[in-house]
Amino acid sequence: MTRRLNWLALGLLLLVGSVSAAVDTFEFSSEQERDRFYAIGAELRCPKCQNQNIADSDAPIASDLRKEVYRLLEDGQSDEEIVDYMVARYGEFVRYKPALNRETLVLWFGPLFFLLAGVLAIVLLVRRRQKVAASAPAAELSPQEQQRLDDLLNKKSQDD
Amino acid sequence: MRRALLILPLLIFLVLAGFFLSSLMSKEAGVTELELPSPLLDKPFPSFDLPSVLDEQTRITQADLKGPALVNIWATWCVACRVEHPVLNRLAAEGVVIYGVNYKDNSADAIKWLKDFHNPYQLNISDAEGRLGLDLGVYGAPETYLIDAQGHIRYKFIGVIDDRVWDTNLAARYQALVEEAQ
Repeated sequence: MTRRLNWLALGLLLLVGSVSAAVDTFEFSSEQERDRFYAIGAELRCPKCQNQNIADSDAPIASDLRKEVYRLLEDGQSDEEIVDYMVARYGEFVRYKPALNRETLVLWFGPLFFLLAGVLAIVLLVRRRQKVAASAPAAELSPQEQQRLDDLLNKKSQDD
Repeated sequence: MRRALLILPLLIFLVLAGFFLSSLMSKEAGVTELELPSPLLDKPFPSFDLPSVLDEQTRITQADLKGPALVNIWATWCVACRVEHPVLNRLAAEGVVIYGVNYKDNSADAIKWLKDFHNPYQLNISDAEGRLGLDLGVYGAPETYLIDAQGHIRYKFIGVIDDRVWDTNLAARYQALVEEAQ
């Protein structure tokens, strides 16, 4: 029985070994370079599996692009040059951080616009309410109403 | 005026719903992937210097691609390319100029494929390492580029060219390039 369990454990171990994620073996000349590699990989979107970055993806094209990023890094190119290199081939789509230009203006400033519009709307609404409250005649009770109110209050305190 | 403001949220919702619906409907059923516009449109075909599939000794460069023509990215590992192949054969028989880029493949397999299924390509470039594919922004075979007489990329089609795609989309574009060249 224990023997069988041992075999099972071994089998499970082997299984785990075979399902490792997208891990390549790159040798970096420095820790800094490794960090840059992962930063760029996280910023580039995989053209095939379009909701993953190339560092994450198991698609063959993502692996090719990782190799290319590595090659360009080793070649001494700057982060910006590497991203531009990819954009020149695969288009603006590969940037997870889109460049600021006329086409992406709405994308960048749209949320800010909506936020400001919301704040403006609230400010206007509050102002208007204050104005209405200030200009409305103070609610005054007629003598009969006052009498009734007093009665009710008295009645309430007697009940207690 | 206030009434008009009240229906504003509904209007915004309808506009957004219409936008999402139209982008949903514009895709074929089952296709969830977005087709990326190529940044290479109207730019010269990337320069390369690669061996021919059929003869390792022969080098092919971008100057050898004489447009108007189709440049088809294919591979023997690409299942969809097998579906596309008979259509390319028919087009080649009709006189359409087709160049092949054998993408990340080995030439022995490619030669066997061309023997078995017929060769519709005027030239076949061996891009075993995928460097030309990378310069072209290829992210999945089959892909097909339309190049004009000046060797500029004018259109990129991603996916299988079948009769419907040719008749409704590519034929007119190819014809326009042919007429432009005259």
